Amino acid sequence: MQELLTFTIIGLSTGAIYAVVASGLVVTYTTSGIFNLAHGATGMLAAFTYWQLRFDWNLPAPIALFITLFVLCPIFGLVTERFVMRGLQGTSEVVKLSVTVALFAFMIGIANWIWPSDSSREAFLKFYEGNKVSIFGINISWHKLITFGCAILVAIVLRLLLFRTRMGVAMRAVVDDRALTELNGGRPDRVAIFAWALSAMLAGLAGILLAGEQQLNIEPLVFLVINAYAAAIIGRLKNLPMTFAGAAVLGLLDAYYLQFSDKSWFPQSIMGFGISGMRASIPTIVLFIALLALPQSRLRAGVVRIREQNKMPAWNTSLLGAVSLIAVVVAISGMLTRSNTLLLLNGFTFAIVALSLVPLTGYAGQMSLAPLTFAGLGAIAMSKLPGDGNLLTLIAAVVIVALVGALVALPAIRLSGIYLALSTAAFAVLVTKLIFNQKQTFMSGNISVPVLDIPFLEINTPRGRLILASIAFSVLGLGVVAIRRSRLGRRLIALKDSPAAAATLGMSLTRTKLAAFAISAGIAACAGALAGDKVSPQQYDFTQSLPIVLLTVVGGVGTVGGALFGGLMLGGNSVLATVVPTLKNVTKILPGTIGVTLGRNPSGAANQIADAYRSLTNRWSLLAFAAAGAIVIWILDAQYVISHWAFFIAGVFWILAVTPNLVGIMQATRTRRIIASIYLGIGVIVSISIDWDNAVDSTGKRLIALILLIALFGVGAQRVAENAPRIHRSSPDVIGLTKDFTDEELDHAERELGVVL
Amino acid sequence: MTNPILELRNIRASYGSIEVLHGVNLSIGRGEVVALLGPNGAGKSTMIKVVSGLLRPTSGQLVVGGRDVTGAAANALARTGLCTIPEGRGIFPNLTVRENLLMATYSGHKLSDIEESTYTRFPRLSERRTQLAGTLSGGEQQMLSLARALATNPVILLLDELSMGLAPLIVAELYQQVAAIAAEGVSVLVVEQFARTVLGVADQAVLLAHGKVQVSGKASEIGEDVLAGAYLGS
Repeated sequence: MQELLTFTIIGLSTGAIYAVVASGLVVTYTTSGIFNLAHGATGMLAAFTYWQLRFDWNLPAPIALFITLFVLCPIFGLVTERFVMRGLQGTSEVVKLSVTVALFAFMIGIANWIWPSDSSREAFLKFYEGNKVSIFGINISWHKLITFGCAILVAIVLRLLLFRTRMGVAMRAVVDDRALTELNGGRPDRVAIFAWALSAMLAGLAGILLAGEQQLNIEPLVFLVINAYAAAIIGRLKNLPMTFAGAAVLGLLDAYYLQFSDKSWFPQSIMGFGISGMRASIPTIVLFIALLALPQSRLRAGVVRIREQNKMPAWNTSLLGAVSLIAVVVAISGMLTRSNTLLLLNGFTFAIVALSLVPLTGYAGQMSLAPLTFAGLGAIAMSKLPGDGNLLTLIAAVVIVALVGALVALPAIRLSGIYLALSTAAFAVLVTKLIFNQKQTFMSGNISVPVLDIPFLEINTPRGRLILASIAFSVLGLGVVAIRRSRLGRRLIALKDSPAAAATLGMSLTRTKLAAFAISAGIAACAGALAGDKVSPQQYDFTQSLPIVLLTVVGGVGTVGGALFGGLMLGGNSVLATVVPTLKNVTKILPGTIGVTLGRNPSGAANQIADAYRSLTNRWSLLAFAAAGAIVIWILDAQYVISHWAFFIAGVFWILAVTPNLVGIMQATRTRRIIASIYLGIGVIVSISIDWDNAVDSTGKRLIALILLIALFGVGAQRVAENAPRIHRSSPDVIGLTKDFTDEELDHAERELGVVL
Repeated sequence: MTNPILELRNIRASYGSIEVLHGVNLSIGRGEVVALLGPNGAGKSTMIKVVSGLLRPTSGQLVVGGRDVTGAAANALARTGLCTIPEGRGIFPNLTVRENLLMATYSGHKLSDIEESTYTRFPRLSERRTQLAGTLSGGEQQMLSLARALATNPVILLLDELSMGLAPLIVAELYQQVAAIAAEGVSVLVVEQFARTVLGVADQAVLLAHGKVQVSGKASEIGEDVLAGAYLGS
């Protein structure tokens, strides 16, 4: 009895921390509609900051607490809202969630950079370490009492704030009707900043309390806080009392499991499967059950207006792309060193995983955070199935995983948006924790996946596998294009654009969703099955899925090109880290940094570049100019006026930074046009005139200089041209009636209507 | 009309690349009630959005009380005495009646004053002060949204489709309140599909079609034939 009581108190104190985290999550979700996956990471950063002030710089605790919680956390919340989240209005759930994933990756990168885990640091002490009180014979540390106090205080303060103050009422009013809040004289932007600042403070408080109990480590801290998501879901992301109750239940379950798993009668395995990962999975299981208990998401009538748009891929450009991709890989793979080949191979594997998101997330609008989990299942299937890697084995593996994908999706299919995304995350965590660590799957930590056995072809070398991966990507990519152009593709798009309209037309939403999940799982399984090497469960961990999802969305999840872009970016990021070791820390935060800019360009980078080129198609003078420029750069190189490196850098700059901007510049007003032209001109001159071979001493630095050039001049010129007030155009319902179309207006109309001639 | 309180000078407005208002001119004098009429898609609601500050015009000027306020934020305009009751119900359904009134305090009035003014005018709302506004009847919801206009003593009142989805009897009752507000010297711009209901209250009428003012004049002078012509597109 005594023991039970002790564990009850331990459980409730853990629950109290979950409650504080979860309430912060609810505050931002209800006021901005953004489910902040980075919430836990915020708490982690706050805990580290507090440790820095309190234990490394030895400030007194009250001062350190005040600086962390009441100065730095609100500032952090303000900056997050103002510069990251505000741009997300009107974007889809996928983009919103990806941006918080980016923020998550960014903060973990920052923490790893500033506080590397290998340094031996001062201990993170509990508040009043060593002090205890005895209640009914049970020893309770002061830290736990403070934790309880904080949770109760948070509950009271939030209740009073939300229902008794105008700011709190305004926070709820913004959720109801943002425009009406403005018409009342309220300032929704200030309300949002306040909500994010408050949320960051709550995360920070929980992070500090938790670090006192758990010690200061990045990963456990982030993920223990993630467990609070289950509590937030129990409160349906809006009900604070239910959230607190859910948090208490979670804390108790964890404590009781800890208590009972030590007993002799407690089973060590169920049906031959070890359950060592069970304790860590409890919150996930609760999350899963809570998600399943949610009521069916309602179909909303009306068109969901979202800012992302993708054009239908054409057969000729897709085929051309596929063939040239394989040709380029064949051509350059001979010149690469072994390690670079492996890195590029890695990039292509990621690209195939990213491709699995295109039909599911890009077309059907269903978010999945578990693409790598299916790749892992594909790898297991390929290694366990008989046949030693022949084509039939591959097909069997893909089919099996596709079926698993559909099966897993079955219970989750009633959910949509954020709830669906969380249920896939829960699935991924459960598979990682309960299946990938069994001796039946990843035997001794890693298994070897046989190389695909194609008759008359020897593909055992890294180069062979790289070419195989590029062919696999191209073939699968064409398959995805074929899906998009088929009846199924139209159904998937309909599912995303208006589930209500699709349902009223007699389309089965469930079957379409299942198809999307099965296809996606099958494609991801290919990535695992084609690994052709030893693989470890860590490669398929849930946390590794997040950057893939993120970079695919950055690249443009609605297009095959976007998937390639995302995969290669992720692969390229590790190339960057090996080539330039000094930039290792930068590469840690790079994906996150790229991702947080998504709000500006929700359709993805690949799409943007493609769009820019598409707009050039019937502007012959600009095309001629672009071609002439490229030829001039080539002649300069051929005549030995500039070096090969200058040729390469100026050439890439011309293709990626100058050409896509031409149309935008021509459409801007006169002053802006001149400024942007001069700006780009400077970029071209810089890229040509620098003596790249001698002045810069390594390939990596040259590549980084190139990226910086493009970012600085290309993106800069684009912003100058794009933000310019447009030359006035007549409205569509006036032109053509009272006056004839000009050529430019015809072009414009064609682009608006998506008619490509 | 020597000193208009609200003036639109050659206002153009667009959603994305589609222009909806193609140069609208309008002026409202102090204490005047102007009815804005027109068929669906004429740009009436867009005009209300521009005047209230929710939509920034692409060109032209918005002048309030002689000052150019083009591009000012909606919340800033609201705090300076421009009260807008938007289309649909201008209330927060998930806040209680009292909390809805609390939101009106951004105008600078005290909650107690707003509550007193509202409950004396609409005793029914007093009984429901702790009830969620979304659970009120349609007429009560519209009373609540009008209560903001009545209690905060605005300089200009913008009304968008007050009658939408309400019984004719309730509409008549609400327009009595509008007339009462106008009698206190508030300038009112009212958008309405039911032309006859509103022409009885209005001093001036403006007919909008295809994003342009087609006819404007004294409310009493706008005849059935003009209305029919504009609505049916002769």
